[in-house]
Amino acid sequence: MTSIPSETVSPGKASLFYDPKIRGYAYQILLLAVVGFLIWSAASNAIENLRAQKIASGFGFWHNAAGFDVNQKLIPFSASGGSTYGQAFFVGLLNTLLVAAIGIVLATIIGFTVGVARLSNNWIVAKLAMVYVEVIRNIPLLLQLFFWYNAVLKPLPDARNSIALPGSIYLNNRGIILPSPNFGPAFEAVVVAFIVGIAAAIAFFIWSRRQQMQTGKQYHNGWIALALIVGLPLLVFFITGRPLTFDYPQQGRFNLTGGMQIYPEFVALLIGLSTYTGGFIAEVVRAGILAVSKGQSEAANALGLRSGPTLKLVVIPQAMRVIIPPLTSQYLNLVKNSSLAVAIGYPDLVQVFMGTVLNQTGQAVEMVSITMAVYLTISLVTSFFMNIYNKRMALVER
Amino acid sequence: MTDATLENAPYAFVRKETLQQEPAPLSVAGPWAWIRIHLFSSPLNAILTLLCLYLVIDAVPGLIRFYFLDAVWTGTNRDACLADKVGRPVGACWAYVGDRLQYFIYGSYPVAERWRVDIVFAMFALGIVWLLWNKAPLKKIGFFFFFVILPLSAFILLLGGDRAEGLLRFLILVNFALAVLYLVLSFAPSLVKFWIGEGQLAVEEAMPPWQRFYRPKRLILISLVVFGLLALLADKVGLPRVDTGLWGGMMVTFLVSAVGIVFSLPLGVLLALGRRSKLPAIQLLSVIFIEFVRGVPLITVLFMANTMLPLFVPQEWSPDRLLRPLIGVALFAAAYMAEVVRGGLQAIPKGQYEGAMSLGLGYWQMMRLIILPQALRIVIPGIVNTFIGLFKDTTLVTIVGIFDFLRTIEATLVDPTWATPTTRTTGYAFAAIFYFLCCWGMSRYSVAVEKRLAAGQKR
Repeated sequence: MTSIPSETVSPGKASLFYDPKIRGYAYQILLLAVVGFLIWSAASNAIENLRAQKIASGFGFWHNAAGFDVNQKLIPFSASGGSTYGQAFFVGLLNTLLVAAIGIVLATIIGFTVGVARLSNNWIVAKLAMVYVEVIRNIPLLLQLFFWYNAVLKPLPDARNSIALPGSIYLNNRGIILPSPNFGPAFEAVVVAFIVGIAAAIAFFIWSRRQQMQTGKQYHNGWIALALIVGLPLLVFFITGRPLTFDYPQQGRFNLTGGMQIYPEFVALLIGLSTYTGGFIAEVVRAGILAVSKGQSEAANALGLRSGPTLKLVVIPQAMRVIIPPLTSQYLNLVKNSSLAVAIGYPDLVQVFMGTVLNQTGQAVEMVSITMAVYLTISLVTSFFMNIYNKRMALVER
Repeated sequence: MTDATLENAPYAFVRKETLQQEPAPLSVAGPWAWIRIHLFSSPLNAILTLLCLYLVIDAVPGLIRFYFLDAVWTGTNRDACLADKVGRPVGACWAYVGDRLQYFIYGSYPVAERWRVDIVFAMFALGIVWLLWNKAPLKKIGFFFFFVILPLSAFILLLGGDRAEGLLRFLILVNFALAVLYLVLSFAPSLVKFWIGEGQLAVEEAMPPWQRFYRPKRLILISLVVFGLLALLADKVGLPRVDTGLWGGMMVTFLVSAVGIVFSLPLGVLLALGRRSKLPAIQLLSVIFIEFVRGVPLITVLFMANTMLPLFVPQEWSPDRLLRPLIGVALFAAAYMAEVVRGGLQAIPKGQYEGAMSLGLGYWQMMRLIILPQALRIVIPGIVNTFIGLFKDTTLVTIVGIFDFLRTIEATLVDPTWATPTTRTTGYAFAAIFYFLCCWGMSRYSVAVEKRLAAGQKR
């Protein structure tokens, strides 16, 4: 090894080329120029191509009449009624939000149940939960959706031979037929009572927590909340003379009449999404509970807390700190995965807007941007609130 | 004190011999105790156990009967799997899977050319083992093989035709040029003094000519060998063009995931570095890209690649129908990979950065030699998990009309040759087993790596 001659290491007088600041600027300008050029050439190509294919651009299509029908809709929509593409957008968006909202509730229930079951000291329960998690997590969601839709729901008998379940519920290859509720005019009072009940329960929670902090006295929060949220509306319901009747489906000769229909696409998507995400949530919950060190519950026992309060006051609050962030990202995954609806024909945002409307208008740029913007907004808003939550929950360290 | 053994102890009550060990009491040992502790420790647990047992007994024998005992294993068409034709209850129709297996693996790839796919499969398997097996030798060549040679050879072998042969010719030419260049450099290393610096030059000059620059030489040699063999194949056997419309089955599934990993990992590393960069414009662009891609579903990205990509380039460059989702998947995976790699970069103690800088290393040298080797090693489990997600997500290309494995299954289900009541369940079960084995295998690997990494942290 020859040593490096010392005179080459003379400090100072670095050329401009080696100045980190100048280099930094150069790199950034170069990158911006490349990105700018890419965007410019993409845009000019797009304009050129669109003109060649005679496709309109801009958002004028929004008020054009949509010439198609959607089976499941939460707002009135029909081709014959002159509904517009703009309304189709809201039909799709509401369907996405509907399946996502119900899916999140179900997935949370499944996830917490299975996650706790995996830690159970009951051998068979733990093993079954493990099998569930491993199987569900290692098979693509799309395959599971195909399975639920094509292999489970489609082979059900036709309407004439519907399977009757207790409570006037019928199962056939057109979905689930349920008794449809008819709300009397006084039903609004029940809804108001329900909202008041929730508000009162929250107010009571805040009050009782403050009381507990000051005096140490504890209240039966759960029972009082139950009374407020369920009891109050029930009371109003009976006082106003039960303003709710059901329209039961009738088994006719060829078909079922009456009732309300839940489409098989919706059912398949809901089952698929909630069982799949439930498997992931189970792992999140398990990791969260395992993250609370054993010393915490031992210390709680040493303080004289029973196992119930130990869980409620010591383990769960600490586990939730670990669980909530990945749980939120699982919820976001569920929302994003609901776009797989397009594979089984559930009219969600992607299927309606990026599928049908895009095919009819050919305006790819607008449809793709709008659809992406919707998902992006949901994600960004959620992560914004998540960051606030994380800041509040973060352990205060030195 | 030396005589104080049990034999000559002076006390009568001291036992002189060791007693036989007694078996543990029955209440804590043996199968009954195990059952009591693990299955019936409380009334609630007893109920749960019985419920689970009922569930298992209700489901498992039926499944076994359907998929094994009543299953049909051989046959050439649907008659083999129809209960009235066979005269017994018929379960899963494995004969259908056996009959269509070639289609599931290769899609509509011409039968006479399928050996080309097999070679790519073998190379892919070699590359995977090389990279993932901890004790495999020459890891750096393995990286070069997997990230450079494999994609190029796969392109040449799978596509074939004029374009592939042109690329092959060009590659061999480049290799020869580099070989000549390094031959010259071996005897006159001072020609590249401006590039490698005085110190490295001194090191090289101290060695005999054939040992100089041995790292780049090895890479040139191996690529010359591989591409030379390919050229031999193209010359002797011929590699006619196989249109991407004919590709399908597991081959496409593996292709999409391989493209995903090969392009997303380097891109992800760059994006992660960009996100942690001190230069605001680079950081901003990286953050925008990562957060944008992570905020939208893969389907929308695939739709975008499918419908918007052809608009963004001049008409005559319009990308191939298979290429579009590949680009979409690679960009999508890159954003997720970037976040995984960023986790690794953040986990490296600051002292490592400072140490590297105090040695006088520049940014790229510091990253290449000090930071990334450590950071990437600790995020291997994360990378594998991202890859499992990517592998499952490859099924989504079905929706934009690519014949991946799942799509070939769906396609055979509408084929009347095998239209039986149990074909669908069998096909889905086969697909589920395939995906399960791949994903589960990868997750086991990831767990093993995690354990190995954690071993260093244990005291």
